[in-house]
Amino acid sequence: MSLSDGLIVSGLRSIGAVSIFLGRTLAQIPGSLLRPRLIVHQIYNAGARSLIIIMLCGLFVGMVLGLQGFDLLQRFGSEDALGVAAALGLLKELGPVVGALLFAGRAGTALTSEIGLMKATDQLTAMRMMAVDPMRFVVAPRFLGGLIALPLLVAVFNVVGLFGAQLIGVQLMGVDPGAFWSQMQGAVELDDVTEGVVKSIVFGAACSLIAVYQGYHAAPTAEGVGLATTRTVVNSSVLTLLLDYILTARFL
Amino acid sequence: MGAGSRDAEVVVDVHDVDYVVGRRAIFNGLGIQARRGRITAIMGPSGTGKTTLLRLITGQIEPSRGTVQVFGRTLAGLPQRELFGLRRRMGMLFQNGALLTDISVFENVAFPLREHSGLPEPLIRQLVLTKLHAVGLRGAAQLMPAELSGGMARRVALARAIVMDPELLIYDEPFVGLDPISMGVILRLIKQMNESLGITSIVVSHDVEELSRVAHDSYLLSEGKVVASGTPEELRASNLEVVRQFMEGIADGPVPFHYPAPDYFGQLLGDSVAGGSR
Repeated sequence: MSLSDGLIVSGLRSIGAVSIFLGRTLAQIPGSLLRPRLIVHQIYNAGARSLIIIMLCGLFVGMVLGLQGFDLLQRFGSEDALGVAAALGLLKELGPVVGALLFAGRAGTALTSEIGLMKATDQLTAMRMMAVDPMRFVVAPRFLGGLIALPLLVAVFNVVGLFGAQLIGVQLMGVDPGAFWSQMQGAVELDDVTEGVVKSIVFGAACSLIAVYQGYHAAPTAEGVGLATTRTVVNSSVLTLLLDYILTARFL
Repeated sequence: MGAGSRDAEVVVDVHDVDYVVGRRAIFNGLGIQARRGRITAIMGPSGTGKTTLLRLITGQIEPSRGTVQVFGRTLAGLPQRELFGLRRRMGMLFQNGALLTDISVFENVAFPLREHSGLPEPLIRQLVLTKLHAVGLRGAAQLMPAELSGGMARRVALARAIVMDPELLIYDEPFVGLDPISMGVILRLIKQMNESLGITSIVVSHDVEELSRVAHDSYLLSEGKVVASGTPEELRASNLEVVRQFMEGIADGPVPFHYPAPDYFGQLLGDSVAGGSR
């Protein structure tokens, strides 16, 4: 068997393992919906605690978009379209993708290391011994929390990003504010918004699933938890960009 | 007295069990019984698979051969729902306590009740405080697990293990790493749980002295088998070399001091490749 065959087999095997894990998680979701407090707590953990970094990065991404967009559009004498360019760029691409990458780095790693450490300190075994399935009590609420939190974070990211683009384009570069906002309103369709929302939900599911999967399957040692955390970031980032291409191709 | 007679009902029956990991046999024809209302001690040197035995008894792993019965039910192949049903009747004290670190001491003890009992909040509060009082930590109810010492964490874990009023209580190395006072406290609690509540107890440990004071029956494991069993007195009177080595703490004997290694002088003089870092 050649090296590439081995890679394909092991790749297929991990896709299978993650799919089974996803099935088990989804099966526990009705049970964990009965404990809304757990889910709310996880939305707070993954969402509210990521707000600062999401807003800060959203602002800078928007500002860069304002600068680059202005520079580009000015060459065609159509700098009034800056609002449209910034809005479409953020809603359809930058918001969901950059949001998901930040989410993987901030909330995904926290989820993985938390679950991994719970495993290493026998907390998951202790739950099973108390006849509580950790899939229901630990994994499903965290998965749901991340799934709900990311689309909300992306919405915040987009709003702050637009503010940043406006700050540079209108306040600094002198684009006409009326044209900036009215062209944006005129050109952005419901489909554009839907694309961004669908992407953020899919990315939220993918990043949360990878984070809880890696934590749950981490080797119960310091080294194992560290490795799992690294894998969370790497796998989430690659999968996000891959899914982004697939979804974009599907929507266009 | 909670201590039942010697022919009381068998609660845990490990019958002729083999357990193999890879090519290494951890257990080979292991047989152990724990009877209702009695404290059963399982002793043995480190690395004889005592913790593995507990995982077999609690159904976390399945034997390669033989049967494990708890409360008269064979554990192997039991669906999760029924296994969880059996586990509600047992409590387990983990070596490090295994408290949930993100909730307080009170919530840790309340956890099984909230998950299973459906009792109203005031009743849960009363039960939790009663159990915490029994282990002397009612005043620590609002602390977080990180604020507890090792001995306190184990007592909280004990309160959590008994909050559902189990019939069977399993202790995994309850004395490891405790100072003499905490050790005395845990020892007294084990005795108390058994005598006043009649809980069947299995204690896995290598602290011979402590265990002999509370155990009704003991088993001594070595190399995957029971090498001796009986009351602590019977074990102490045994003439078997391996039993004497363990009970008296002799460094070398049937359980060798040295991990298998090539010839000492040969290796030092560089003849042997094994272990050399050339």
